[in-house]
Amino acid sequence: MTSLMSRVLDAASDAAPEWLQQRQVNGRAAWAGCELPTRKTEAWKYTSLHTLNRDFEAAEPSAATKEELGFDYPDLGGARLVFVDGFLREDLSRMELPAGIELLRFADANAAQAEQIQAHLGSVVDTSRHLFANLNDAALADGIFLQVAANADVKEPIHLVWLTTTRGVVFTVNQRLLVVAHPNSRASVIEHFDCAGNGSAFTNGITELILEEGAQLYHHRLHLEEAGAMHIGGVHARLAKDSMLNSFHLALGSELKRIDIVVNHQGPGAHCELNGIYLLGGEEHVDYHTCIEHAVPHCTSDEVFRGIIGDRASAVFNGRIHIHPDAQKTRAELHNGNLLTSANAEINTKPELEIYADDVQCAHGATVAQLDGEMMHYLRSRGIPSDEAEVMLSYGFINEVVNTIRLDALRDYLRPVLAKRLSRDASLTRHLA
Amino acid sequence: MLKIENLHATVNDKEILKGLSLTVKPGEVHAIMGPNGSGKSTLGHVLAGRPGYTVTAGTVEYMGQNILDMKTEERAHMGLFLAFQYPVEIPGVSNMEFLKASVDTVREQRGMEALDTVSFMKLARETCKAVDLDVSFLKRGVNEGFSGGEKKRNELLQMMMLQPSLAIMDETDSGLDIDALHVVAAGVNGMRDGERSFILITHYQRLLDYIEPDFVHVLSDGRIVKSGDKNLALELDEKGYTWIADEVA
Repeated sequence: MTSLMSRVLDAASDAAPEWLQQRQVNGRAAWAGCELPTRKTEAWKYTSLHTLNRDFEAAEPSAATKEELGFDYPDLGGARLVFVDGFLREDLSRMELPAGIELLRFADANAAQAEQIQAHLGSVVDTSRHLFANLNDAALADGIFLQVAANADVKEPIHLVWLTTTRGVVFTVNQRLLVVAHPNSRASVIEHFDCAGNGSAFTNGITELILEEGAQLYHHRLHLEEAGAMHIGGVHARLAKDSMLNSFHLALGSELKRIDIVVNHQGPGAHCELNGIYLLGGEEHVDYHTCIEHAVPHCTSDEVFRGIIGDRASAVFNGRIHIHPDAQKTRAELHNGNLLTSANAEINTKPELEIYADDVQCAHGATVAQLDGEMMHYLRSRGIPSDEAEVMLSYGFINEVVNTIRLDALRDYLRPVLAKRLSRDASLTRHLA
Repeated sequence: MLKIENLHATVNDKEILKGLSLTVKPGEVHAIMGPNGSGKSTLGHVLAGRPGYTVTAGTVEYMGQNILDMKTEERAHMGLFLAFQYPVEIPGVSNMEFLKASVDTVREQRGMEALDTVSFMKLARETCKAVDLDVSFLKRGVNEGFSGGEKKRNELLQMMMLQPSLAIMDETDSGLDIDALHVVAAGVNGMRDGERSFILITHYQRLLDYIEPDFVHVLSDGRIVKSGDKNLALELDEKGYTWIADEVA
């Protein structure tokens, strides 16, 4: 039984529209009935939740100016919605939506729309396995419902920014996104989390992606929150026949980050490409748990995650592929590579394959390495100083994954963000494009 | 330019160089030949400061300075260049980005004017053409998926862009077809200017048909056992190495 966050949940229940209240009540009951995981819980073995044992307050609207927020995000071309501490800031947003996109806040939904949301909300995430989704339900007062119309080919990305501020207290932000990509549509969505200042917010974020037949979705989830920011969340996707999900993930280390990614292949011919990067230093912690469920035949999945862990930071990567008995002719690949740049850095990586079909092609692997001495020597023999060579090789290690991003503007934005994370000394990153 | 005296060096506690002495004056081309395992490549690695190669005795002066205590990159900053026999592949780091970092740093350290991006790109493209390497190789990862010959051309490309004072070429000719050999020879000959020196480490006399050396040395069991002019190479080609071993004994 947990009473964690109960004070916050009291505040949330007043703010929810009526049609969400039953979900809140159910979520709260489920949450209260949960035992908080400990290090003895397999799925949480390497991630401690002790930092959550604090007296969290509810989020409040922030009046911080653009400058105070350090708001310097590039124009990625499409609509942009900016939430600060969970509250929409229209002054920082650009609300004009490209043709084919319908976007609605739960709080603004009329009865018919509410019914539409209800039909999908919570239909992908399995709350029995992802207990923080119960907390998300329990605190759910608002969210975003994004639909891509059937056959629409939307070029401009939808950029959703969730920025948290830093207050003298720790506080919680509840984030929820529901995407329905209707048949044969194509669109790009960027979920972008960041914090201003050192961060004192705990964000609990749940995203559900529903790809209907033949839909293609380019999804990006960026966790750029640093220092004291905490995030537990997940992306839960359902892929219908012949749909394609390309999902890119990035996490910079902070006090606590745990992201669960679950992709359910539920129609034959579905394909998923899942790529991710994590960069940690200091005493930061990032935990990615991914799970690809192949329930039907003729589906494919390709997954690559790479991480660079320095100082005394610790990272977890758990990549599960579950091939159900009916999922013949599945092709599934998973690779996780890790670069440790300090003797005290830690990675716990575990690929997990569960295969119950006999006619499948599966490959998985995990590597943990340090910077390659021969490569270092080669760069130095060409005059490149060792500290710069280290940064070049580190960047090179993740560069291939960065290049899987299809949106040029996003790639261009992230490159210097990543380079800066590898070294604060600009002279060492001057040759990284 | 370079003065090596009584150099002893070990790799994994095994002594490979056993009292090697060699003097290279500005503008000279020295060829070092010798059987497998005689220490030819070790000499190149010791000069470039490769980790794991320990100098146990002797001195190496380059440009009047003891370089044995210098870092690898500092030697490069002084104009020393080693063309590797087996260049390493570095996926994820583009050849262009690597070349720019290298050229920028070396030029800066040598007090040369910095190249702006446009001039650098122009130079890189022209040099690619000179070494017969398609410009698309600039965008690929350093040596990533390059064939043996392409790797050697890439070494040559770096040498030509860095304009070293002393270039050591470790079996750059090995595994090259005759056309590629011409490219390497043209590259080296084009850089001979009476000041720049070369040490060519090679197994075969063939390279020396195209690059005429001032001196030919035979390395055997970690020491130079015989020196001569280009005719020595011809003699070696004809008779092999055993007669020298007999002569030394």
